Amino acid sequence: MKGKVIVRLKSEVSDPQGMTIQQTVSKLGFEGVRKVRAGKFFEIELDAADRATAEKTLHGLCDRILANPIIEDYTFEIE
Amino acid sequence: MKAAVIVFPGSNCDEDCRWALQHVCGVPTEMVWFRHRVPDDVDLIVLPGGFSYGDYLRAGALARFAPAMESVREAAEKGRLVLGICNGFQILVEAHLLPGVLLRNTCLQFLCKDVFLKTVRRDTPFTLGVPEVVRMPIAHGMGNYYIDTDGLKALQDNGQIVFQYCDHAGRVTAESNPNGSLDNIAGIVNRAGNVLGMMPHPERAAEDALGCHDGRYLLESAIRYLIKG
Repeated sequence: MKGKVIVRLKSEVSDPQGMTIQQTVSKLGFEGVRKVRAGKFFEIELDAADRATAEKTLHGLCDRILANPIIEDYTFEIE
Repeated sequence: MKAAVIVFPGSNCDEDCRWALQHVCGVPTEMVWFRHRVPDDVDLIVLPGGFSYGDYLRAGALARFAPAMESVREAAEKGRLVLGICNGFQILVEAHLLPGVLLRNTCLQFLCKDVFLKTVRRDTPFTLGVPEVVRMPIAHGMGNYYIDTDGLKALQDNGQIVFQYCDHAGRVTAESNPNGSLDNIAGIVNRAGNVLGMMPHPERAAEDALGCHDGRYLLESAIRYLIKG
């Protein structure tokens, strides 16, 4: 199975990286790019007996290592 | 008394810390490889600056799980002194030995320059005899201290903010904040007062040959505190 994890900064945490990307693409002439938020994406190959086990592993990974709950939220899907 | 400096893969201020402790301050200092435990007779543990694990994922996020950190946690719980400098501070917050987190500098640039610090608390083991305004270098890309509103209030109410970025006269202003840190925070202690994390580098300002000796006050404060017991 494959887990696809997205880690995002919480909405109340400012994201200077995203803001700088937004400013730069606007200067390059891309119209209508109102806001950019940068995040992280992880593709994780899993050996898991079933979907529930895979979910448990991914929650554990995200809670303990991949995301810092003070500033980040995460979502994942399993393929 | 005895000090130890933890060496993580990617630490690069470890030898500077040893030099400052052992040669400038005269304290026997052991280098502890990240795979090993800190010996039980160590009174002061320093987590040095650098880029442990290449800053992968988040600065300090992977070093937190290094075997040495388990013994650092135990030492902290026993009341021994733990000082995290720069990447060491990032590791301490990721390990939840200190609250909050360090984000990318708002300017997005790596900053390498001297800053002035206001010593807000001059009664912690690390700041006895440290002048009210000191100068030390910073060298970081992720020094932007962040904590939620309740967390910030708790830090303020408990007097855990030890250093704030300020101007040469000790005024804590927006202009003197180099990296966007909340409340100009440059260094904090845990509630017990024995774990200090700070972004500026006292070891790089520990003797006049380095252009400034203000960092020595901090190291000597910790040493005096330990010797007096």
